[in-house]
Amino acid sequence: MSSSRGSLPRYIAIRLLLIIPMMWVLLTFVFILLRVAPGDPVTAAAGGKLSAEEIERRQAALGLDRPLITQYFDYLGDVVRFQFGNALSDGTPVTSLIRDHGGATLTLTIGAFLFAVLVGVPLGRWAGRHRDTAVDAPIRILGIVVYAAPIFWVGILLIIAVDNVFPGWPTSGIASPTAIYEIPTKTHILLVDAVLSREYVWDVVQHHILPCFVLGLLLSGVIIRLVRINVIQAMQADYVEAARSRGIPERRVVRDHAFRNALVPVVTVIGLQVALTLSGAVLTENTFNWPGLGTDLVDYVIARDYVAVQGLVTFFALIVVVVSVVVDVINALIDPRVRY
Amino acid sequence: MGLLIDIVQWALVVLGVIGATIALVKVFPRIWKTRGMARWLFVVGLVLTVVFVVLAVFAPLIAPYGFAESRVDGVRLPELDPPSSYFLLGTNDMAFDIFSRVVWGARTAMQVIVISVLFSVALGVPLGLLAGYVGGTLDRILVFLMDALYAFPSLLLAIVMAFLLNQKLGNGIVAAALSLTVIYIPQYFRVVRNTTVSVRESTYVEAARALGAKPTTVMRKYLFGNVIQSVPVLGTLNAADALSTLAALGFLGLGIQPMEASEWGFDLNRALDDAQAGIWWTGLFPGLAIVLLITGLTLVGEGLNETLNPALRRRRLLPVRFPAKEAADEHV
Repeated sequence: MSSSRGSLPRYIAIRLLLIIPMMWVLLTFVFILLRVAPGDPVTAAAGGKLSAEEIERRQAALGLDRPLITQYFDYLGDVVRFQFGNALSDGTPVTSLIRDHGGATLTLTIGAFLFAVLVGVPLGRWAGRHRDTAVDAPIRILGIVVYAAPIFWVGILLIIAVDNVFPGWPTSGIASPTAIYEIPTKTHILLVDAVLSREYVWDVVQHHILPCFVLGLLLSGVIIRLVRINVIQAMQADYVEAARSRGIPERRVVRDHAFRNALVPVVTVIGLQVALTLSGAVLTENTFNWPGLGTDLVDYVIARDYVAVQGLVTFFALIVVVVSVVVDVINALIDPRVRY
Repeated sequence: MGLLIDIVQWALVVLGVIGATIALVKVFPRIWKTRGMARWLFVVGLVLTVVFVVLAVFAPLIAPYGFAESRVDGVRLPELDPPSSYFLLGTNDMAFDIFSRVVWGARTAMQVIVISVLFSVALGVPLGLLAGYVGGTLDRILVFLMDALYAFPSLLLAIVMAFLLNQKLGNGIVAAALSLTVIYIPQYFRVVRNTTVSVRESTYVEAARALGAKPTTVMRKYLFGNVIQSVPVLGTLNAADALSTLAALGFLGLGIQPMEASEWGFDLNRALDDAQAGIWWTGLFPGLAIVLLITGLTLVGEGLNETLNPALRRRRLLPVRFPAKEAADEHV
């Protein structure tokens, strides 16, 4: 590996190739958990309501009567072709679930991320700069409380508060029913469709604010902690001392010298919050009745629909792996030290 | 089956409480020596945690009603009654007394936390020791598997496990605790493995090997005592995380069912509908219990970390993890 020292294209190529074994491990894991361990999905979904012949017929239709190893390779092949199977309970292909409901999850998570960065970075920077002072303590406590408070509990309290303070402000769903009905579908992302057709834009935005705020609060806790520690560490660095000794005003030392260097690790770790964001999104969606993939997942788990759960979990795994590799690549582009 | 699970469950809880007490008694003098903010945060955390332990242990004496008791002397309790002198924190839509459910919920939370932390320690520590000491292909395979597991969203993992276990073990405390175990195994594995790798080459281990000690003896007598140092900190922080995941499972309707035990997350699931109707007391109190216990455990964990970890003691920074980057670096 020593020949790769400093070579960016090669580093990126290795990272991209690494997607394959990581994905393979996760897929095998999902397969073992959801196909081998539980036994028979058809019986589980039917709950003893079907005759033996009917169960056998359905198993044959799904290919569940074949050897597990064949099913395993079929599953891997399907994932490569972006096929995640059809839900047992209502027959919906998981791919169309992802197309129709993925957009809602996407706008929720992006909105939350924006909020978290806009709030978390300045607060963390402020706390880090004024370490162990009256400014630092409340911000740190905020970080702990945000971590300790369950996201759905914050959601519940906000629903009650908003109902009291702004009666009529929407606290459930992604848009009012008429808006969902009237906005023409183009991209399957409701917010984008609303903007494109210039109809009900405010209605959709209004529905987004509360869920994005709640999920963003969770993420901002992580960001505050992270930015604070990195600013503290950067403030102790020699180059900050050097900058001060050259007579550069403290404001500029913090802005141009400490803060910029502190941001490098922050970018990496923020990128790696995908897993936390997805977990948070599942909870936020279920709190606000949000028509996204997290709500779907829980609905199918309750319906004991193994095929749909397997498909959705596979898709989530795919996202986590791809994003973590993309973050690594971006990080290599920003920071030459990463490439070694 | 049910009785067996009950016995195992209680045996595990007793075991875990004894372990936690021993660990705490051992480190307490060292914590008491530290000064300033760290000590006060630790004391606040400890007080919060002890309050919930007391609630859990004496739940039958403290709670005025059972956790699923909607009838007293043949009379049905009122539904959705606001807090009053009769029902301190009000009643919920199933006519259960919320104060009683909060108190009984402490017991459930403690049981689940203790069992899940115990299981993940029991699996993660030996695996990490083995991988770190043996090294080679076994190590690489285990590290890769654990990293894959660690990269996965923890709540999704818990949902999948709960999905599988609920069918086999029912919706009880053991099933919920086991669903959480999988999340934490990789964390113990990683910490123990890395410590083992660095301790393995030290002189005293070499001396033991030169004297002809078997690998099992080296692991048991020479490595175990060293690598176990980091477990109390990790255990407390995981306990806090386990509680929030348990509540999340309960909120999604995939955790412990209300007739099995009182669980705060499930109560919040029911409270969501009440919130839309403007009823606040069904949601506020179970959530507050969760926040207080998680804060307590986190403060204890961070207090332990700041006193037991010399690097941190001097610089007084909070720990930051860079999970996937580290993981990726090991494979290039």
